[in-house]
Amino acid sequence: MKTALSAHATALLPLTVRDLVLRVDKATVLDGVNLDLGGRGCTMIMGANGAGKSLLLKLLHGLMPSTSGRISWGEHAPSEVTARQALVFQKPVLLRRSVAANIDFVLKARGKDMTRRDALLEHVGLSHKAGQPARLLSGGEAQRLALARALATDPEVLLLDEPTASLDPASVLAIESIVSEACSRGVRIIFVTHDIGQARRIADDVVFLHRGRVAEHTAAATFFPEPHSDAARNYLSGKIVV
Amino acid sequence: MGEALGLAVGLVLSGDADLLEIVLLSLRVSLTATAIACLVGLPVGALVAIGRFRGRNAVLILMNALMGLPPVVVGLLVYLHLSRSGPLGFLGLLYTPTAMIIAQAILITPIVAALSRQVLEDLHIEYAEQFRSLCLTRWQTVQALLWDARYSLLTVGLAGFGRAVAEVGAVIIVGGNIDHLTRVMTTAIALETSKGDLALALALGIILLVIALGVNAAVQAVRMTAARQAYV
Ligand SMILES: Nc1ncnc2c1ncn2[C@@H]1O[C@H](COP(=O)(O)OP(=O)(O)OP(=O)(O)O)[C@@H](O)[C@H]1O
Ligand SMILES: [Mg+2]
Repeated sequence: MKTALSAHATALLPLTVRDLVLRVDKATVLDGVNLDLGGRGCTMIMGANGAGKSLLLKLLHGLMPSTSGRISWGEHAPSEVTARQALVFQKPVLLRRSVAANIDFVLKARGKDMTRRDALLEHVGLSHKAGQPARLLSGGEAQRLALARALATDPEVLLLDEPTASLDPASVLAIESIVSEACSRGVRIIFVTHDIGQARRIADDVVFLHRGRVAEHTAAATFFPEPHSDAARNYLSGKIVV
Repeated sequence: MGEALGLAVGLVLSGDADLLEIVLLSLRVSLTATAIACLVGLPVGALVAIGRFRGRNAVLILMNALMGLPPVVVGLLVYLHLSRSGPLGFLGLLYTPTAMIIAQAILITPIVAALSRQVLEDLHIEYAEQFRSLCLTRWQTVQALLWDARYSLLTVGLAGFGRAVAEVGAVIIVGGNIDHLTRVMTTAIALETSKGDLALALALGIILLVIALGVNAAVQAVRMTAARQAYV
């Protein structure tokens, strides 16, 4: 697999988020998010359940409009660059076809080299399941297929929403190494997780969401030993933050 | 009655030529009508399922209302169009199998459209966000939905066929139950009974029942196949 970075004229990064507000059914989920992400690396987004992490990813990916505020990927609005990104959903939706056909579908729809399918399945350790109905995969296998499908689109930005939430420890490490490898190829990673150990292993920087805002955005080396915000400190020490 | 039943079973078992002719015509008419209904109804169902356009609700109501079209009314309307003085009278189709195919296709196209619309819309709700993330075109979306709903759509087609093959009101008006030409199972049963040929009527009744059971068994088999692969 080769990176698609060179294929496009204008860069997606830096990402700039200004005063982003999102109301869903009158509830304010995001209440003035400001964020700047540079060109490379793996950014972890953390925060309590319901903090708005999944919705933030969908906004960044251009899947829904915000109530107000601005998101710019380089010079582009999110919905203009959805195709240059891939999102692995918290609950992946797999097609009612075989594992291999799920990859074939994306390769074909996006005009990619169809011969890459086997390598992609190999990459996520699903070669032996190629012929099986995708809907019969275990939770962890389904996550890995969703990741392979995302990689099949050669994204410049890979958005991951708790992709290891239901995985066994070995699979967690396998996914992390796939993500790290993509990151080292220059794919920009934005990764939502609740797994503190995981964030320590692969994060370059951490964005902590609290009460609809970015409570802090700190380099990983600082975040874990000494987070700046009370919210993050409480979260890391296992106290409930709402 | 007992005697007639004995004769009927005899007819079925001996593969009586007249009987066979009627059964084959029935199947040809209803299968063709079903194919046409799917050709028209599936794309309509798909477009309404994923489309967001003005008047969509009105279309939905219309589709559901058309599902309950009374066969005799469809027969009458087709008759009026195809009769010598009608707008399509010059085609000379009245009292031909083609007329019966037209009537049955009109009757079950709304069924195929309405049922497939429901199936495809449910699937689209599940897939929509993922598909937007993958930046699929509308046409790719429709193709994917049709393929992924294949088992459910097969049962929709079977439901349409079941309705068509058992229907009598429309085909009797536009077909006329002409021996060796437009006599199908249901019209034969309806008219031969009154003429006293109970054996033929009963024999056809038995076959119709078997076909109905067969359609239901096929639906069941499709459902089970889908469930086994978790493709429901
Ligand atoms: N479609 C929706 N309609 C109404 N409310 C919604 C919808 N989607 C999300 N919400 C609400 O928005 C809030 C943020 O949801 P979100 O899924 O972004 O949380 P999260 O940070 O990803 O949580 P988790 O860690 O549990 O995944 C939640 O309170 C949720 O109930
Ligand atoms: Mg979430």
